[in-house]
Amino acid sequence: MTEVTINGVARQLAADPDMPLLWAIREELGLTGTKFGCGIAQCGACTVHLDGVAVRSCTTPLRAAAGRSVTTIEGLQAGEGFHPVQQAWIDEQVPQCGYCQSGQIMSAAALLARNPAPDDDDIDAAMRGNICRCGTYARIRRAIKRAAAGEQSDG
Amino acid sequence: MAKAKKPRLGKWTRRGLITAGVVTGGALVVGVAIRPGHRAPRFRDVVADPDEALLNLWVKIGPDNRTTAIVPHAEMGQGVHSALAQMLADELDADWNLVDVQEAPAHEEYANHNLAKGFLFGDAEIPRALVGTVDGVVLKLTQAMDLQVTGGSLSVRATGLHGMRVAGAAAREMLAKAAAAAWEVPRRELVLRDSHVLHESSGRKATYAEFAAAAAQFTPSTKPRLKDSKAFSLIGTSVKRQDVPAKVDGTAAFGIDALLPDLKTATVRSCPVFGGRVAAVDDNAALKLPGVERVVNLGDAVAVVADGYWHAHRGLAALAIEWSTNGREAIDQASVFDQFDGVLAQAEVDDAGDVEVDQGDCEAALIAASKRTEAEYRVPYLAHAAMEPMNCTAWLHDNVCEVWTGTQNPLGARAAAADAIGYEPDSVIVHNAYLGGAFGRRSVHDYVVQAVRVAQATKAPTKLIWSREEDIAQDRYRPAVTSRFRAGLGEDGHPIVWTNLYVDKHEPAEAPRIPYAIDNQRIASMPSPTHVPFGVWRAVDHSQHAFFTESFIDELAVLADSDPYQFRRDLLAHKPRHRNVLDAAANAAEWGNELGPGHGQGIALHESFGSIVAEVVDVRVDAGNVRVERVVCAIDPGYAVNPDGLTAQMESGIVYGLTAALYGEISLGQGRVKQSNFHDYPMLRIDEMPEVETVIVDSGGPLGGAGEPGTPPLAPALANAIHDAVGVRIRELPISKHDLRV
Repeated sequence: MTEVTINGVARQLAADPDMPLLWAIREELGLTGTKFGCGIAQCGACTVHLDGVAVRSCTTPLRAAAGRSVTTIEGLQAGEGFHPVQQAWIDEQVPQCGYCQSGQIMSAAALLARNPAPDDDDIDAAMRGNICRCGTYARIRRAIKRAAAGEQSDG
Repeated sequence: MAKAKKPRLGKWTRRGLITAGVVTGGALVVGVAIRPGHRAPRFRDVVADPDEALLNLWVKIGPDNRTTAIVPHAEMGQGVHSALAQMLADELDADWNLVDVQEAPAHEEYANHNLAKGFLFGDAEIPRALVGTVDGVVLKLTQAMDLQVTGGSLSVRATGLHGMRVAGAAAREMLAKAAAAAWEVPRRELVLRDSHVLHESSGRKATYAEFAAAAAQFTPSTKPRLKDSKAFSLIGTSVKRQDVPAKVDGTAAFGIDALLPDLKTATVRSCPVFGGRVAAVDDNAALKLPGVERVVNLGDAVAVVADGYWHAHRGLAALAIEWSTNGREAIDQASVFDQFDGVLAQAEVDDAGDVEVDQGDCEAALIAASKRTEAEYRVPYLAHAAMEPMNCTAWLHDNVCEVWTGTQNPLGARAAAADAIGYEPDSVIVHNAYLGGAFGRRSVHDYVVQAVRVAQATKAPTKLIWSREEDIAQDRYRPAVTSRFRAGLGEDGHPIVWTNLYVDKHEPAEAPRIPYAIDNQRIASMPSPTHVPFGVWRAVDHSQHAFFTESFIDELAVLADSDPYQFRRDLLAHKPRHRNVLDAAANAAEWGNELGPGHGQGIALHESFGSIVAEVVDVRVDAGNVRVERVVCAIDPGYAVNPDGLTAQMESGIVYGLTAALYGEISLGQGRVKQSNFHDYPMLRIDEMPEVETVIVDSGGPLGGAGEPGTPPLAPALANAIHDAVGVRIRELPISKHDLRV
């Protein structure tokens, strides 16, 4: 058994501790917002927070999360309403197909948690591990800046 | 699915495209008939609950006065669900906040082939490339029941313009008639707004839903009056997409997210040499691994079934498979291009080719020209690399096969699944989810066929997930192409002759055509099949040919010692829309301004899928490294249904084109694809994202597509910019292959 706190709830997971955290989250816990994209930490679709830090869950074994706190896209909202990053994503109409966006949002939320006013280089460094095939990068950058500025939703 | 009572249909007219009637609950049904004379909507039970009113093929209005647009297209990121609903809601004068979108089930009533092709879409055709994506025996079957395809940038152009708007307008007219009759007032005194009918002088106001039953008594107009574009209230505005909230909180369900009780997970490896077969499988080691339950030999592939993906993946790695590859393992990338060169050389000797354009006397003009040039261009194979790896969940139970997947063509998926397991199409139910990217890839259903065959073996709900490595190695690829040009200038510096011979033609046939006024032209192709499976790739043949033609026209501008923008402009006097788009891009990009050392600017213009797009790329080449700083894009799509959505599609098409131009290369070695994942098939990332500015040129012309036309001009505009910056002419993609240190 591996004990992991998932989105604030302590869980006992019977899966093989070598199983990538991604598959424990998706298949053992049924939290499908975290996506499989490449399996080798090249695309960022599987990004979750491990003790608040963005990690690629496809190459993070379950054992590495033992006794630690994992946040997935489903756990990003605290209380009512969207997380400011999610709201900024809506305001800037970022998603197209949407498949990579859970990972993008988790990377962005982790960035803003440690750096509330990132400049373009900070954004590049934090986000270049997340691929978007629909090419929403310009909107992602605008949304991060919007969330950082604490701008009110216009819609 | 609960079977509702047989719907009591009122008078369905056989004579028009638009039908009306009453269903259970006494509400109005209005439909745009896909086939004239088509009657009862068998799909009613599929889309409507027993107490719901089905307003028409494309619309239903619930008792709560909500309008649901039922759209026959897959949402793969292009915003089509919202754009189509917007067109319906505008004509209907519906409250946008009361409009929902639902994807139509895979049912032939929703097929849009006739709608797009026949009487409603004039002489335009669904691109044959899309029809051609339906495999062999399935083709006939699917044609018989028509296609429900999302592709060819057709959704808004065909279904939207001719289905959604007409349906909305027809419903609005009948609701107005019913309200006028009920209130005994002239129709002209009524105002329809925000899903309500208002009569101002008497102060009466009622919901659309209240008049639905009465409205059904009227025969719908066979040609409802569509709004003049000046009267649009929603069309032309950037209403927010309805799928976005679910795509930021993790609740949007993609095919890979299908959850069923006791679900098994499979993964698969097909013969890496295309067309090869399984000669032998040693599965002893795999079956000893934890969680691995079964190994299924599919003949051309082997699947491992386990209790989850990771175990299946490990099981697959433990298989020892011997393949039979019939000599194709000797093919490599150089031999493919050698084959093309041989075919082209022979065709030049024989003056052979499948001729697309033949005007004037090219050979005489080449002799008469004061300056001549020739060039050979080539592009490699490309994979789609949609973010969501191919996947499909299937479950055979109670004499039906249920399929959960993401497909651009649910009817094609249904037919392919039925064919693979010997079922009637009616016994296959396709649940289409959001598509995690498609770009053409999800119009071919090899992954669906595999999933239903594996599920047939497991006799249990089974989810097949491809690894990324399988996705890259088993795509249907944008074809590699070699294209040769010859051209000549007259004494005034204007081109007088243009010849183009290339391998290998797919669709659309007009892709290599040029808009420029050049008197003598010959454009022809030679077939040169390879064992690499063909796939439609965003913009299909346009993406290769725009690179060739818009680079070569640039070479002619250089030869003529002309400015590349002015050179094109001078050849477009007969094409005012093209010229306006070119001007718009050049002006917005401040064409001709002085640039710093190592900087360059390039322009390209290409029409595809009914939209004309010009792009100007600003590039900096520093120590051989290419940095795209800005892309200005001008598009004339006729008019923009949703300007922000159109802009997003241009941004998307540009990034897709830029990724391909800079890095995109699938190459063959030992008959198989050498690349395997994002480390060796790289994608553009955020730190390389240029500034993108989109200018919409609203010509009021016929509605053009949005999903694809942004891609083709990018590669040539970039290559032309690199030439401007460092004097190197890029004649082969990707650009990363070239040494640009000067």
